[in-house]
Amino acid sequence: MSIDKDTVKHISKLARISLDEKKIDNLSKDLSSIMKFIEKLNKLSTDKTNPLTSIINASLKSRKDEVRDGKIRSQILKNSPEKNEEFFVVPKVIE
Amino acid sequence: MAEKKFDYFINGENGKWEVIIGLEVHAQVLSKSKLFSSSSTKFGAEPNTQVSLVDSAFPGMLPVINQFCIEQSIKTGLGLKAIINLNSVFDRKNYFYADLPQGYQISQYKKPLVGEGEVILDMPYGTKKVGIERLHLEQDAGKSIHDIDPDNSFVDLNRSGVALMEIVSKPDLRSPEEVNFYVKKLRSIMRYLGTCDGNMQEGSLRADVNVSVRKVGDSQYGTRCEIKNVNSIKFMQMAIEHEAKRQVEILESGKKIDQETRLFDVKKNTTRSMRSKEEAHDYRYFPDPDLLPLKLNKGLIDKLKKELPELPDQKKDRFIKDHNLSPYEANILVSEKEISDYYEEMIKECDKKLATNWITVELFAVLNKNNLSISQSPISAKNLSSLVKMITLGKISGKIAKDVFEKMQVSDKDPKQIVEEEGLVQQSDPKELEKIVLEVLSKNQDKVIQYQSGKVKLFGYFVGEVMKVSKGKANPNLVNDILKIKLK
Repeated sequence: MSIDKDTVKHISKLARISLDEKKIDNLSKDLSSIMKFIEKLNKLSTDKTNPLTSIINASLKSRKDEVRDGKIRSQILKNSPEKNEEFFVVPKVIE
Repeated sequence: MAEKKFDYFINGENGKWEVIIGLEVHAQVLSKSKLFSSSSTKFGAEPNTQVSLVDSAFPGMLPVINQFCIEQSIKTGLGLKAIINLNSVFDRKNYFYADLPQGYQISQYKKPLVGEGEVILDMPYGTKKVGIERLHLEQDAGKSIHDIDPDNSFVDLNRSGVALMEIVSKPDLRSPEEVNFYVKKLRSIMRYLGTCDGNMQEGSLRADVNVSVRKVGDSQYGTRCEIKNVNSIKFMQMAIEHEAKRQVEILESGKKIDQETRLFDVKKNTTRSMRSKEEAHDYRYFPDPDLLPLKLNKGLIDKLKKELPELPDQKKDRFIKDHNLSPYEANILVSEKEISDYYEEMIKECDKKLATNWITVELFAVLNKNNLSISQSPISAKNLSSLVKMITLGKISGKIAKDVFEKMQVSDKDPKQIVEEEGLVQQSDPKELEKIVLEVLSKNQDKVIQYQSGKVKLFGYFVGEVMKVSKGKANPNLVNDILKIKLK
């Protein structure tokens, strides 16, 4: 599978990373060669292998349903580029 | 009652169209803390006070799943008669939005916690099975507030990370009415289970509605549109009606439907395209590397199955079979858990059929008039049952009972006390009643003669007079008996 320039543009837009034409060109080549390398894996027969989402053979650890966090509004808001006393403030986003 | 027939179609210029609807219901899990963090889920708190470093996605924070949320979802799955998957996986659904600090929502994509199940609806034209495709666990987003500042949006992350169950139906619904029944039934099942409070005003239950249309008789589905985030049953119904008509118009003019996400505009009663969502629809799901697969022990599922409460369908069957109620009556009583609780509290003390009548006729009238739910009833189940019991025992007449019922609405007093205080006890002493009867007859001798010469309609008049003299307290059955004898 090759990653053409339009695909690079699409991915960069979804990832909010701006790219100039030259970079798009380079990335298209780089990503295509990475994909080509990975495609070697397709040669392996996986018919008898269950899909794996984690290489660690363990199950998710859980916690009890208890309220032990929160009430740290000033700390939470501290690093926000824009805020008021109660809220994060962001440019108007309205649908 | 004559069986109604299903009749919801859109009448186009060249024939009838069938409407195909599937629902994605987002139900907030009833839990104290969030899905992957220990902050509170309580509704109505000060903005951003129920937010942890995990919920606000500070770098390096790791999610730890809430065991209770898993169990709540399993219970809901069991209530939907669904398959519980012993292996499920959490994925990242990637998109950018101001109220989603992680830049992705933790959800389940290919391997949901719960698989196929079903919900049974009692429609006026018979029962209808609606298939459930899946149920998965996911995080809620925060809330953006647009109407405080003209230039900016304010973000409150209190809801960010709260556990939601997304319940996806198969495209089995065919009308706004069926959607109404489906959402109510789903809500009722979850409230019986205690897994979601179903409070639509507080956003605990919302839905995305998928709508498509096809010519009656066609077997292929048409292209569908998704109407996002509708938060009341009424709006769902309005949105579906509008959207179906819009699609029929497009198809009949020879054009095609674009598969797209639309928004329901409550004020204009129309749907419109959410163009911004088009490209963002590429969510690039992948398994969340912060979370291991969720492996469940079959023992846990068996344990939860044993603990399941009686659900509306089972309760309804029991009421019909053991309490001799009609399917109609049973349906009303089980429709909400609080109503069936009220009924079951009442029948500890009094007759089942009478209890049903008093709840569904008299009590419902009062609740409707005052816009109250049964849990806010001005009359407790215990007191209403003791009123019904007094009627059955002949202590008061049905008519007096209604007066007492009126007074009970003002103060939820024990009706026995009201009856005593107001001297309303029914007169059932035959000697006393005979005295009154004779008094009435002697005052109306002319009418007695008319009656005896064939004008039998006058019987009602005599009963009325006796009741008047006794101030409504005479036992009407006894009065009838005595009058019949005396008038011979």
